Amino acid sequence: MDLSQLDLQPVWLTLKLASITTLLLLCVATPLAWWLANTRWRYRQVINALVALPLVLPPTVLGFYLLLLLGPKGWVGQLTESLGIGVLPFTFSGLVIASVIYSLPFAVQPIQNAFAAIGKRPLEVAATLRASPWDRFISVALPLAKPGLITGAVLGFAHTLGEFGVVLMIGGNIPGQTQVLSVAIFDHVESYEYAAAHVLAAGMLGFSFLVLLTLYWRTGQRPLERV
Amino acid sequence: MDDNFPVEQRIDARFELKRKDFELDINFAAPGKGVSAIFGPSGSGKTTLLRCIAGLEKPDSAHFTINGQCWHDAHKSLAVHRRPMAYVFQEASLFPHLNVRENMAYGWRRIAKDQRKIHFDDVTTWLGLEALLEHQPQQLSGGQRQRVAIARALLTSPQLLLMDEPLASLDANGKAEILPYLESLCRELSIPVLYVSHSPEEVQQLADYLILLEQGRVVAAGELNTLLTDPLLAISHFEDAAAVLEANVIGHDKEFHLTSLAFDHAQVSVSYNGLPLGHKARLRICARDVSLALVQPQQISISNSFPVKVVSIDPDRDPSQMLVRCEIGGQHLLSRITRRSVHLLKIEVGKNVYAQVKSVALMK
Repeated sequence: MDLSQLDLQPVWLTLKLASITTLLLLCVATPLAWWLANTRWRYRQVINALVALPLVLPPTVLGFYLLLLLGPKGWVGQLTESLGIGVLPFTFSGLVIASVIYSLPFAVQPIQNAFAAIGKRPLEVAATLRASPWDRFISVALPLAKPGLITGAVLGFAHTLGEFGVVLMIGGNIPGQTQVLSVAIFDHVESYEYAAAHVLAAGMLGFSFLVLLTLYWRTGQRPLERV
Repeated sequence: MDDNFPVEQRIDARFELKRKDFELDINFAAPGKGVSAIFGPSGSGKTTLLRCIAGLEKPDSAHFTINGQCWHDAHKSLAVHRRPMAYVFQEASLFPHLNVRENMAYGWRRIAKDQRKIHFDDVTTWLGLEALLEHQPQQLSGGQRQRVAIARALLTSPQLLLMDEPLASLDANGKAEILPYLESLCRELSIPVLYVSHSPEEVQQLADYLILLEQGRVVAAGELNTLLTDPLLAISHFEDAAAVLEANVIGHDKEFHLTSLAFDHAQVSVSYNGLPLGHKARLRICARDVSLALVQPQQISISNSFPVKVVSIDPDRDPSQMLVRCEIGGQHLLSRITRRSVHLLKIEVGKNVYAQVKSVALMK
């Protein structure tokens, strides 16, 4: 096969999916992690366990239920249809939603740990210095949790790059819409296009390694000392 | 309970709080200016009380007014960031992501411009922080950090300053570095200070008013001199129990390197210190350094002696010792002498005797 004719569309689609997912993840995971790190609600462990589920479930299980939920007979599917959005499975939007849920624990856990590590004191100090709760969150909690936020974002991004099962279940294999890298590689292998599979797979291997290396390099630095 | 202050110059505090293994039931009034020390052993609830006042703790019931303003009662509780107070924690607790200047400006920026009574540059100079402004907190020594924390607190132009053992986390050098700042701060600041401590020396040095806590309750509250010499309170039975008296500098003796101070009609000399004449100083006199004589002592090396009147005689912790409280011009001092001496000299309440003071420490 002529490698110059290799279709790079899955690469761009994957990067687009991972970027949008990461942005949404930060918006969802940050408040959720803040709440989990601070609540004394007795059933908070239920939420913790729910958030962690994607870590242990086979992606097919998650994908299957998302398919039912988002499909024309699911609650969410009926809602989106009545709102005129249509049903989400086998669309890019559906893929984004599935990715956010699937990568949620990878973003929530580092951020939650970072918030918990701040402790009460800096926020109490900020309160005695006239900062309102929202002000304290923005001016103290977020900057102090920055390493955790970066870790959460990078892990969420990297994990989205690598997903396969959920994508296949909820997105299918529509070129330009839902055909991401992992699915494209699978396709190439199935059609015995090993050279093309190699290029994509090796690229992904190298890229993921670089992402993780950068992450560990950063977090391996001395964290902010508490004074 | 001393309620002799008018409401608009008074701090009224009442807090009840129940925790699993701790109960706080506090009720006191304190003057609305000067330094009131909250003193007690560890676990007596000092910090919890201060946190209640700041609004950092949620008591079961509370009432707090300061100089006529109510911060907390049955109907309302001001949020922490709406209370016009500043809090200096035991550990400096500087924000690690901000440098010294940004730490100091954190509260200052959140105060309306017309409310800023304390100026940034003044505080910087006064606490000697000019050279440190661009440093990161991690680069500072413990004493420097606490200075920054004090500056940061003052820059909110508070109407009440709460200090929770600001020296406790410092080593001896750090303590020596901060104490002079605290002294001049307490002396020059026109706002009331509530100072939590379990160190008698700090209390003797800084406080004007004393609130004694034990097991979550106020044991006594009153003027420093009165409480330190009250034989019914544990603090007067400490090994190094001491009275603190106010005195005026009246003269210097260059030849013998002495400074004379007077309180009432008594006069004492301490090592020369160059304080201006008329300066109001604070003298610390340990109970164990005061002996009593029936006649004016002569031909002895102790030069500090003056007539006093015995107000009370109580047994000390050590059964061979007695604690004699003496009065001079409205102030009190303690003398710890043997039970035998009390018997032999027939020292009784109301008797006029001479106090001989072996050592006097000038505190400020």
